[in-house]
Amino acid sequence: MSSNIPTDLRYTESHEWARANDDGTVTVGITDHAQHLLGDLVFVEIPEVGRAVAAAESCAVVESVKAASDVYSPLEGVIVEVNEALADTPELINEDPYGEGWIFRLKTAAALNGLLDGVAYEAIAIADDEDEDVSSLANPRLVE
Amino acid sequence: MAKRTPLYARHAALGAKLVDFGGWDMPLHYGSQLDEHHRVRRVAGVFDVSHMTVVDFADPDPTRALLRHLLANDVARLYPGKALYTCMLNETGGVIDDLIVYDRGAAGYRLVLNAATRDKDLSWIAPLAERFGAPWRERDDLAMLAVQGSEALARLESVLGADTLTAVRALKPFHALETDHGFVARTGYTGEDGIEILPSAATVPALWDRIVAAGIMPCGLGARDTLRLEAGMNLYGSDMDETTTPLVSGLGWTVAWEPAERDFIGRAALERQRAAGTPQTFVGLVLEERGVLRGHQHVFDGEREIGQITSGTFSPTLNRAIALARVDTGVGARCQVEIRGKRLPARVVKPPFVRHGRALIE
Repeated sequence: MSSNIPTDLRYTESHEWARANDDGTVTVGITDHAQHLLGDLVFVEIPEVGRAVAAAESCAVVESVKAASDVYSPLEGVIVEVNEALADTPELINEDPYGEGWIFRLKTAAALNGLLDGVAYEAIAIADDEDEDVSSLANPRLVE
Repeated sequence: MAKRTPLYARHAALGAKLVDFGGWDMPLHYGSQLDEHHRVRRVAGVFDVSHMTVVDFADPDPTRALLRHLLANDVARLYPGKALYTCMLNETGGVIDDLIVYDRGAAGYRLVLNAATRDKDLSWIAPLAERFGAPWRERDDLAMLAVQGSEALARLESVLGADTLTAVRALKPFHALETDHGFVARTGYTGEDGIEILPSAATVPALWDRIVAAGIMPCGLGARDTLRLEAGMNLYGSDMDETTTPLVSGLGWTVAWEPAERDFIGRAALERQRAAGTPQTFVGLVLEERGVLRGHQHVFDGEREIGQITSGTFSPTLNRAIALARVDTGVGARCQVEIRGKRLPARVVKPPFVRHGRALIE
């Protein structure tokens, strides 16, 4: 399965993407590859605005019909905005994972350089596909 | 290596997401599980269920005696062309498997069992069949398709031909007949009208193509699961297993207590449980807030834990989370379900949640 991996974004091994905004904040979502693995999303638990998060801290949950999966913050920072539209329309993540399906925006002093670039992430996504394991999202969690 | 149905190449060509299911490579969905679910509720879908285990018993008389001992429901209630749903129990009343048995008259009886339980089912049945002198054989030369949905039968006219369709339409639920295309039964696992058909493995690819060409959408096991849960139908291994009896699994209605002298396996244990009063009851839950109910989540009445969800999902038809749960007898109209450390309110309802495209709960 070929996934869309924009070259202007940074990525994590756990399938989040991060985009540097002009105002210094960072927008975060899950990748096209991740939404493919999860299937139709039906619920997103979004974090609270103002919450301080560590790098790799779980701060949102995306649930498809089949499974729940944690979303990890790519960087340390404070959540300054969340995508409220996901409450009623979680399918935005399936339809437009890098646009309307964004999950939260982070104020952070950390640099994006330490994250994966598109080429490095593509290698992970391809290895995942070869695995052919439907539950191969990093740290997938069938709830409880 | 996982087993493949005769339609494996079709699924792969359609771009199905293939997953392991009970040792079989099966389609989970062909793109969108939600679209497939809605299509079955609103129009029609076709499922490849050729992984199911089919066993034929050729000799009616010894088989009738065998099945009256082997199964908790009573095949004496059947007549040629009629089917029944039943559990096969162990001596403690635990469920080894659930299955459908078809009375085929002089041709004997046909059992359709689950795929994941095949080996243990056949090793349970084999010595008993031997004892009753009832010869059997597994029909792995047959495939099986479920064609389900409000328009399923209408769309099958071009596939089955007008005469066969007329005969199929005349079938009442849980009735079956032989056709030129294979054994056809008015059964299913979706809560919609439709049929299950058992063509030969050799002819099923061409039949599948004609069904799909008739505007019946290929649907995967993902949609099959959300459809059956909305329809309030149990899934073996999730909602009941060898440690639970039909009486605590919402399947008491499938146990034929009469005639009292019929000695079926598990009867004594069930009678003891019934006399003592069943400690648990099987209910439906509807989550009142956003979220998704899942199997193994804990159910509470205030501070007291009263049971567990056995299978849960997001209901595409109701647009909210629903579940089947085993809880303490005497549960009220409301409870709470713990999801990621939070207790969310849920309503206790009587399944099914959806039948024939209509929501049965508010």
